[in-house]
Amino acid sequence: MKPIEPMEPMKTSTLDRIRNNYIIQAWLVLLLAIFFGGSLAGIQLTLGPLIEANKINETLQKVPEMILGAEKALDLSDKQKLVIEPQTIEVMKHNRKVFYNVFKAKYPNGRPAGWVAKAIGQGYADKIEILVGMDHKLKKITGLFVLDQKETPGLGNKIITNEWRKQFITKKTATPLLVTKEGANEAHEIDAITGATISSRAVCSIINTTIKDLRDPLSKRAN
Amino acid sequence: MADAPTPYERFIQGILPENPVYRQLLGLCPTLAVTNGLQAAMTMAGAVAFVLFCANIITSLIRDLLKPHLRIVIFTLTIATFVTIADRFLAAYMYQMSKTLGPYIPLIIVNCLIICRCEVCASKQSVVHAGMDAIGQSIGFAIALGSIAAVREILGTGMLFGISVLPAVWPDWVVMVLPPGAFLTLGLLLGAVNWYGMQKQDA
Repeated sequence: MKPIEPMEPMKTSTLDRIRNNYIIQAWLVLLLAIFFGGSLAGIQLTLGPLIEANKINETLQKVPEMILGAEKALDLSDKQKLVIEPQTIEVMKHNRKVFYNVFKAKYPNGRPAGWVAKAIGQGYADKIEILVGMDHKLKKITGLFVLDQKETPGLGNKIITNEWRKQFITKKTATPLLVTKEGANEAHEIDAITGATISSRAVCSIINTTIKDLRDPLSKRAN
Repeated sequence: MADAPTPYERFIQGILPENPVYRQLLGLCPTLAVTNGLQAAMTMAGAVAFVLFCANIITSLIRDLLKPHLRIVIFTLTIATFVTIADRFLAAYMYQMSKTLGPYIPLIIVNCLIICRCEVCASKQSVVHAGMDAIGQSIGFAIALGSIAAVREILGTGMLFGISVLPAVWPDWVVMVLPPGAFLTLGLLLGAVNWYGMQKQDA
């Protein structure tokens, strides 16, 4: 190599330039990313269906409880098991189509038992996903279950407790539910969780919206 | 290089002398969050053990290819992959537990314990060293989580693994299953471990 004069920049050879390129230096990162991405895709392909089945099973298992109440649902023998029919109801809201997952429950002899609707709405922290059970005439709420929530532990997440949820059972659907802080006196009032008014209101608002949206479509399908 | 710890030393150190929670004070977030029941705590310990072991092995296998300015990226990439695998497995085979643990399984990615072991041991020593280190640290983590969860569950609900152990007259100290109880239990147990360590030193 000929000696370089001071102030004369060293010419980088092509090989050096390739070696110093950041993307080339990260070859291992890129290779690993492709390899790991591929394995994760494989895992998702194998386990994805199982996980979906788990979610659907959880919902389906809850449906009899939502319609009949926890004790009666447990007492059902195999011959009395409710026939559950999933349906998707399309509702036009503000010129947009909104889909509801609804489960129609019937007794084995064909007599309608009730409806269970899955609804999602905004809670305090993140979306709250609930199951609302109604009698087949859509006159009363027969059950409430929180499928998914990310409310504040110890405060908002008390919406999952049986103690708070059982307020909703036998509430009439004719009047929208209202959350009060002092204690529910009227028939359509729900007692808020202390320190979690917004979460309580969110659940009530989701239920009110669902009932309002589904009342007409479901009564048409009642037979 | 001075005597690097042997695989056996790595294994023994991980259990108590360099216990991840009580000595290194790493991974405190899941420790405080999921220890309100023994079952959740043991599931978390199992998930961390899986991720730690696999991440250590992979990192040790590629340790000669690591560049200094990209190694953390590669550690995080590896750990994230295994955490996702663990999360999917839990959702598929232990759905209820996966819902209970919620966001804390994905948060294993940022658990300092795992990235620390990758940096300190796996990127510098052979696969055998890395594997034994992972097993030792996992056992230590499980012991730490188990001890805190046992205290919180017994005092908070009178149950262990969901089975009643205390008589019904026990008034549940609900604070123990809430966040303040986590801090109290961790602090007191940490003090106890330190006190025990000092006693052994004086002896």
